[in-house]
Amino acid sequence: MTVQEWVFLLLGLVGTGAALRLVTAKNVVHAALYLVITLATVAGVYLILAAEFVAWVQVLIYVGAIVVLLLFGLMLTRAPIGREALDNQQRGFAAIVAVGILAGLAILLWDTFGQARIDLAPGSTRGIGSSLFRSYVLPFEVVSFLLLAALIGAIVLARRDEDVVERRRAEPPRSLREREVARR
Amino acid sequence: MIRLAFPVMFSAVLFAIGVYGVLARRNGILVLMSIELMLNAVNVNLVAFSQFLSGQAAPLAGQIFTLFVITVAAAEVGIGLAIVILIFRNRETINVDEVNLLKW
Repeated sequence: MTVQEWVFLLLGLVGTGAALRLVTAKNVVHAALYLVITLATVAGVYLILAAEFVAWVQVLIYVGAIVVLLLFGLMLTRAPIGREALDNQQRGFAAIVAVGILAGLAILLWDTFGQARIDLAPGSTRGIGSSLFRSYVLPFEVVSFLLLAALIGAIVLARRDEDVVERRRAEPPRSLREREVARR
Repeated sequence: MIRLAFPVMFSAVLFAIGVYGVLARRNGILVLMSIELMLNAVNVNLVAFSQFLSGQAAPLAGQIFTLFVITVAAAEVGIGLAIVILIFRNRETINVDEVNLLKW
């Protein structure tokens, strides 16, 4: 075992534990914070694999942007507390499926790549930059267009229509329970 | 020098946990978080194999595709959260098993 492998083992254990807590947490905000830990360990894994540019992109976009977006989503919706409120009834079935996928993948991958080793060559950022803007210019532009479309789509979806706002103002919104009572 | 099995196994574990989260959670935002876990598992695989095959013809393709996957994931989370917030505004719940408008 080399030093990289020990550090990787440590990061992997922390990441796996945080991911397990993420899918079993009773509180949605705690789940988001466990997601931060998992994403940060994945960034550490990229660093160990000598992919430093991808690691910092992971920190900036995932830890910085996507988690903040998810936290905003949590704040704008009502989040109940408790596993029964956050999980459905298929927990056992889901665990069986997940363990089956893990066992299948683990056996297959160990069989194929059990003895393979990675020769780590540091400093790939220069190569990424030059091939991103030479060989992969078209995918890069397509992805930027996709981001623009997603941005506009999110704005269109999330903004309120004017007439709905007017109607809401005339008649204050009723909660689900009040609606049920009125129906009875 | 690191064994390829380490990152590959880590990504398999992350993917399985993500599958469990998607199947077992009913809160829409937690389902989105589990999908992020699965995308991260794929990204770890891409980077690991990119480094493993660094002597080949396109040595950095894996890392570049990781960047694309991260970008697409950002777009997906943006749209997904907009949909979740819209559902919450209309139905006052984001439990995916209670949103059954399109169910036959």
